[in-house]
Amino acid sequence: MKKQSIGHVFMNGLLKENPTFRLLLGMCPTLGISTAASQGIGMGLATTFVLVFSNMVISLLRKVIPERVRIPSFIVIIATFVTIIDLIIKAYLPSMSSSLGIYIPLIVVNCIIFARAEAFAFKNPVLPSIVDGLGMGLGFTCSLTLLSSVREIIGSGKWFGMQVMPAGYHPMSVITSPTGGFLTLGILILVVNAVVKYIEKRKKAKTGEGIA
Amino acid sequence: MNDLLLIVIGSVLVNNFVMSQFLGICPFRGVSKKTETALGMGMAVTFVMALASLITYLIQAYLLVPFKLEYMQTIAFILVIAVLVQIVEIALKKISRSLYQALGVYLPLITTNCAVLGVALLNTRQGYNLIESVVNGTSAAIGFTIAIVMFASIRERLAASNMPKWMDGFPGALITAGLMSLAFQGFSGLIH
Repeated sequence: MKKQSIGHVFMNGLLKENPTFRLLLGMCPTLGISTAASQGIGMGLATTFVLVFSNMVISLLRKVIPERVRIPSFIVIIATFVTIIDLIIKAYLPSMSSSLGIYIPLIVVNCIIFARAEAFAFKNPVLPSIVDGLGMGLGFTCSLTLLSSVREIIGSGKWFGMQVMPAGYHPMSVITSPTGGFLTLGILILVVNAVVKYIEKRKKAKTGEGIA
Repeated sequence: MNDLLLIVIGSVLVNNFVMSQFLGICPFRGVSKKTETALGMGMAVTFVMALASLITYLIQAYLLVPFKLEYMQTIAFILVIAVLVQIVEIALKKISRSLYQALGVYLPLITTNCAVLGVALLNTRQGYNLIESVVNGTSAAIGFTIAIVMFASIRERLAASNMPKWMDGFPGALITAGLMSLAFQGFSGLIH
């Protein structure tokens, strides 16, 4: 594998391989909790915590864990950190814990964490693995916050619990319902794809000019 | 008996795992290109979810609670599910070759299906007893199967039709799922 700079690894998760919009991983929590922006941030940061630490430990143990039992080993390591963050949230943010509900223990089966363990942490040294976890986690947090902000503003006229829409605005409650989750995410992915295509086109046009 | 019926209707239609709880979305979009594979996946999931509900209930009631180890729930459940899936795979291979060929490819995917862990966690959170847990697990899985098979048949139609290019692929699939879940919301008046 080609050696990548740390900054490159970090930005990779944030933009180019953004888990939600580009890789389409971890859809269950994305759709399930994105009804309020604060929940989006909470879920994103909890996932980031698990990603960073599981990536770190798996990378430290990558020469110890035999290839054949790597999947069960990953499960145990990831489940350990999920239990830790679950207990921390229960202790210090009880209201967050009750609104996120079973989606916190379900971080265990979030495909992003598994995918990064398998694709990155098991093959790379500790520092890049931590940075990769951080980048991926923050990318996930950003897209979750974006999605849940859109849904909260349209669906209840609020943002982080504060009224942002004018008083005459009738909240479209369908957007905070499950239906709205599917629709909003579909449309957001459309927009992100269009933006990425536009940027690539402009880059191409620029390099074309440069040659001419 | 009435309670059990309420659980069945509640899990299959009203609180459908895919359409209103967002559990099991990954296989929902992964294996929903063909109706047959969707049905195979649904059957494999039903099998594992019924078994997992049974075994996780026993573990919760006779191992975790008496020894005050409830905080180990997540680790214990996910390990049990992973082992269970492995055992089911080995057993199927020995017992029924044809069933194994039909379901075999889907089995490894089930470990990371959040519907399985989700139903185990929901059972304990709702305080269901043994029978209720198994009924809930089975009917939730049937709800999953119904949703995934319906979605696959819609996608088969879509593949043959002339979709706008920018809607093709995942955005189109999500919007289809959104419209389906709108239909499922019609069931929400069935129970209170």
